[in-house]
Amino acid sequence: MLAHAINVLQSGVFHAAILFLVAAGLQLVFGVQRIFNLACGSFYALGAYAGVSAVSLLTGAGLPQHLFILALLLAGACLGAVGPLVERLLRFVYDRDETFQLLLTFAVVLMMEDITRILWGTSPRSTGGLYLLYGQVRALGVTVPVYNLIVIAAGLAIALGMGYMLARTQFGRIIRATAENREMSEALGVNMRAVYVKVFTLGTVLGTLGGALVIPATAAMSEMGIDLIVEAFAVVVIGGLGSMRGALAGALVVGVLRAVAISTWPELEMLLIYLIVIAVLVFRPRGLFGSAAA
Amino acid sequence: MRARVALAAFALAVLAVPLLGREYYTILMLSFFAYGVALLGVNLLLGYTGLLSFGHALFIGLGAYAAAFLTGKFGVLHMEAILLAAAGGAVLVAAPVGALCVRYVKIYFGMLTLAFGMLFYSFLLKFYHLTGGDEGMRVLQPFLLGFDLSQTPKVKFLTGPYYYYSAAVLFVATFAMWRIVASPFGLCLRSIRENPVKAESLGIGVARYRWWAFLISAAYAAVGGALLGPTVGQVDPGLTYWTQSGNLVFMTLLGGFANFFGPLLGAFVFIYLQDAVMSVVPYWRLIFGAILAALVIFVPGGLMGLVTGRGARPGIKAGRERAQ
Repeated sequence: MLAHAINVLQSGVFHAAILFLVAAGLQLVFGVQRIFNLACGSFYALGAYAGVSAVSLLTGAGLPQHLFILALLLAGACLGAVGPLVERLLRFVYDRDETFQLLLTFAVVLMMEDITRILWGTSPRSTGGLYLLYGQVRALGVTVPVYNLIVIAAGLAIALGMGYMLARTQFGRIIRATAENREMSEALGVNMRAVYVKVFTLGTVLGTLGGALVIPATAAMSEMGIDLIVEAFAVVVIGGLGSMRGALAGALVVGVLRAVAISTWPELEMLLIYLIVIAVLVFRPRGLFGSAAA
Repeated sequence: MRARVALAAFALAVLAVPLLGREYYTILMLSFFAYGVALLGVNLLLGYTGLLSFGHALFIGLGAYAAAFLTGKFGVLHMEAILLAAAGGAVLVAAPVGALCVRYVKIYFGMLTLAFGMLFYSFLLKFYHLTGGDEGMRVLQPFLLGFDLSQTPKVKFLTGPYYYYSAAVLFVATFAMWRIVASPFGLCLRSIRENPVKAESLGIGVARYRWWAFLISAAYAAVGGALLGPTVGQVDPGLTYWTQSGNLVFMTLLGGFANFFGPLLGAFVFIYLQDAVMSVVPYWRLIFGAILAALVIFVPGGLMGLVTGRGARPGIKAGRERAQ
């Protein structure tokens, strides 16, 4: 019983770590630029495919397979280069109504889905047996893949790093000031265009990293982006739009509840999550940690 | 006057399509009729009330599954009954859903509708003993106006009686919507879109009007979905996935939501262009994504905006208020 609970918990937290990364990117962009970026799911899919390619490059080059996690991190980070391109597109609509902003990110979703199809084909791609390469830990009657623990630790480290960056560094102060009051920070000499590019790129990297890290545990599919965005959406609604802490709490809620639902009432799965989302939007639209009222 | 001539010419052209004998394109028109009806509803919210719904695929799915349930499980084959049931069912669902959604505007309204849409999608997908899961359900050939056409071969049925039946439904729906937006009710909706605070202070119950608009728009989407059912013959949860809701907004923008006929033009162009692109390359999303991006950036007034020379009305800027 306990073993089962731990097993469900660890798989839930693993999923939560990935969800947190994507949702954190969504939150950062929404907090600063006030754009709900539907394309963050597409960045996730892109990161996943790039992860598969990076790992096969690594094996092709004859490097030790144990380095695959570095290859994944590198692939995820490099794909941040997509960020400035998409940001350039979004720059056209910064002063327009959010309907247009949302639709433009939807256009990016459509395009990216086919771009991954063109580049990597339509059949699912996976990295083969790397998932258990780092071995498994046995404790309390459960076997947990070490890779899961690494990803959870990485998610936590990134969460702490983001927290430090936002709270203590100059760039973080600028981000918070911009999120608070765009005109005022611009008047105080903040180069808004540069901040937007940086923020959006950072948001992109978080998404692509999430995709790259998930890939040993699952296969890359072209629909994974549009599937994940609705989960990330649930995360940010539950946690509160624009809040980093909210992304962390929301990811844990969604990740763990989904794992529990799958193991006990498989029919419920996402149904349960959407019910919670609706309940949150109705009773507490600012979410667990959101500050701005709806 | 010119608009009336154009409209009459279009109506005649629609009636003449089956005579050309190109069955494939005639059947594509059926999708246009169905989505046309649904988009009239979407645009009542987006273009006239200033509310962006990202979950209207829910009601299309509701209508389509109503057709599947009634024909397949309950033996109700009369299309009139199916359309009524779809509209009624949509109103029943939209009443509580709408009451919750219209408390918010802008991005929160969009998110709440998206959540309800995905809730319905997961329901269809997971309760497979009831809904057939991802395999979906079959829609049987319905009776039209009481005539039993079950012996008519499918293609003949679709390009003949069902074609004119669907066209008639679209005409009636268009006429009814035309009256709705021209009525005092429609005027109130537009004033809400332009300035909700002012509308409220003039004594218009903003939330109540938005709720009514939501109900009407849901009923339209469900009637469109019910029309779509017999055309595709098989309904599946994919019909209600969030990207479908996105496509509905896409079609509306393509035609131009500032114009009454914009959504109809958008549906028409979307369906035929998608078919044309897919016959050449499988990557229609890449091309359509690029088209959507170009539209949003350069032609926010849509095709109708290009034709009439009027850009997007600032209308959609409405809803600057923060709910509550």
